[in-house]
Amino acid sequence: MSHPLYQLIRCRIKTFFREPEAIFWTYGFPLIMVFGLGIAFRNKPAEIITFDVVQSSGGQRVAEMAKNQSIIVPHLRSVEEANERLRKNKTPVVLEVLADGSYCYHFDPANPDALRAKLLIDDTLQRAAGRRDTVPTSIQQVTAPGSRYVDWLVPGLIGMNLMGSGMWGIGFNLVDMRVRNLLKRLLATPMKRSHFLASMIGTRVMFFAPELTVLLMFAWLLFGVPIRGSLFSLILMTFLGAVTFAGLGLLTACRAKRIETVSGLMNLIMLPMWLMSGIFFSAERFPDFIQPFVQALPLTQINNALRAIMLDGATLASQWLAILILVGWSVLSFTLALRWFRWN
Amino acid sequence: MTSAIVCENLVKTYEDGKRSVEALRGLELEVPRGECFGLLGPNGAGKTTTVEILQGLIEPTSGEVQVLGLRWGAGNDSELREKLGSTLQETRLQDKLTVIETLQLFRSFYRIGITPQQALHLVDLEEKSSALVRTLSGGQKQRLAVACGLVGKPELLFLDEPTTGLDPTARRRLWDVVTALKATGTTILLTTHYMDEAEKLSDRVAIVDQGKIIALGTPRQLIHQLGGEHVVEFSLQQNGQRRDDLPPDHFTRVATVHSATREPDGYLLTVAEPHLAIPSLLQQLAAEQLELASLTTRHVNLEDVFITLTGKRLTEEEDN
Repeated sequence: MSHPLYQLIRCRIKTFFREPEAIFWTYGFPLIMVFGLGIAFRNKPAEIITFDVVQSSGGQRVAEMAKNQSIIVPHLRSVEEANERLRKNKTPVVLEVLADGSYCYHFDPANPDALRAKLLIDDTLQRAAGRRDTVPTSIQQVTAPGSRYVDWLVPGLIGMNLMGSGMWGIGFNLVDMRVRNLLKRLLATPMKRSHFLASMIGTRVMFFAPELTVLLMFAWLLFGVPIRGSLFSLILMTFLGAVTFAGLGLLTACRAKRIETVSGLMNLIMLPMWLMSGIFFSAERFPDFIQPFVQALPLTQINNALRAIMLDGATLASQWLAILILVGWSVLSFTLALRWFRWN
Repeated sequence: MTSAIVCENLVKTYEDGKRSVEALRGLELEVPRGECFGLLGPNGAGKTTTVEILQGLIEPTSGEVQVLGLRWGAGNDSELREKLGSTLQETRLQDKLTVIETLQLFRSFYRIGITPQQALHLVDLEEKSSALVRTLSGGQKQRLAVACGLVGKPELLFLDEPTTGLDPTARRRLWDVVTALKATGTTILLTTHYMDEAEKLSDRVAIVDQGKIIALGTPRQLIHQLGGEHVVEFSLQQNGQRRDDLPPDHFTRVATVHSATREPDGYLLTVAEPHLAIPSLLQQLAAEQLELASLTTRHVNLEDVFITLTGKRLTEEEDN
């Protein structure tokens, strides 16, 4: 007869692949996230500024002058209408040409978009009127792969996926088995407890290899997201992440007797990391006094390390602090989970 | 040869917040090898607690337990588990595994045993071998649960409420499985709150109530303890009005009566000779100008034994 560990892992894999919802959330959902956010935050072509000009003979002249400029589009409107639109934020700026021929800009200087629009419009109109720059300037455009939002996003999504599927994959299944009285039933057999726990964690870690491959391939094919560091470092780092969150999942589910309880606990543990660990925006944006907490979260460390390896080509050795923190979390959560674990 | 099961003065108290619940209050039990032993009692009597202590799943608060001559926690738990098979109450196996995969998994935990196919044959479920567990009926799931208990070729098999919630046909099929197992000489500990099940399957029965054994013997002996082998149940009326206000003692003068109890819908007498008891009852009723509203007779069963001993019905506490 085959080894119990083999049988336990085989059964976990079979039940997983017979669950279409689980496959979607593990493999499909992250791809949709990359696709949606990658498209939404892709680098846009140079912006065109549309604004209102108060109807007058001076206003007509401005409109004529702007015709040949590609980045500003003026609309002539009555003074009431233009002011009403400004109040409703439908135009960033209203330009009024005064009787002496000077330009008066109406806008809210506290609104950065309005301020930027005013500067661009004025600059364009002044140049069109013949102004010459006293110091020559030139522009170097930077849109190379590796520095765009989508490049920054993909490592964060890998981290988020590690957390979500690690915690749910272990936590939900364990509590489900406890609710079904199956844990107790297994305990009544000569099965070794270590085999059971090893199968839970082992399958979780095994599932991550295809998850990572699919996500990276997709991001590379669609957006050209690079991997600058070594693939080995990347795999080792994600493996460590998978183990860490398997441990946290085990700890969360070690005593819960109901699905509702474990769901609540999971959300409680994951919410701070969703918000603060730098999935969608940098964790550095939080104020200094909560940085020690933010940096202590395992997801922050995984995200930082994955970004460093993928985008900056960092070595594994340079990520020693992240590795230390993750190993610390793993040891702590496994130790507590095994001590507190409830089979029935 | 040692007994399969020995329990001495078994006590189990659960701490439930500030309240402490006494599940077992000094339970004594000895089951020889090769016997099919039934623990019969209402829900909450302590049957499942007893079975889980015997399987080493929970620890007793005090008292001695020996299973197949071994004690739990003495360093040979794993060896002991190799020899036990079980079905626990309300276990739901993985829906997304097939029948054969489930059995292969359970088989892998035991060093020796029968093949999964042989286990399927024992519970008559071979045609469902490659079906997913979730597609099985309640009775088939329960037979699969028994098969999981059999793959390790156990010396002692625990069946905790194996037919609860099953329809009559499914119950009968499971009984056939247990009867066939008995023939192989496997020791079986069966718990149930169905008296017909205990009566049909068990060599001996212990009636459990409130954490203690209140009667022990073969089903025949227990029934015999009541004296009468027959039951007469009747209800009364007078001038078209229902009469159930008479004390049960009122009928102890009826010929060959052994015991009399009041039932929700009338009276219950256990009698030795119905052909003498019924004319005598009719005579008494005529003299008191009482009329029969209904009258039935049947053989005594274990439920009557339970009612006589505790004044309660076995299924009364179903909701607990």
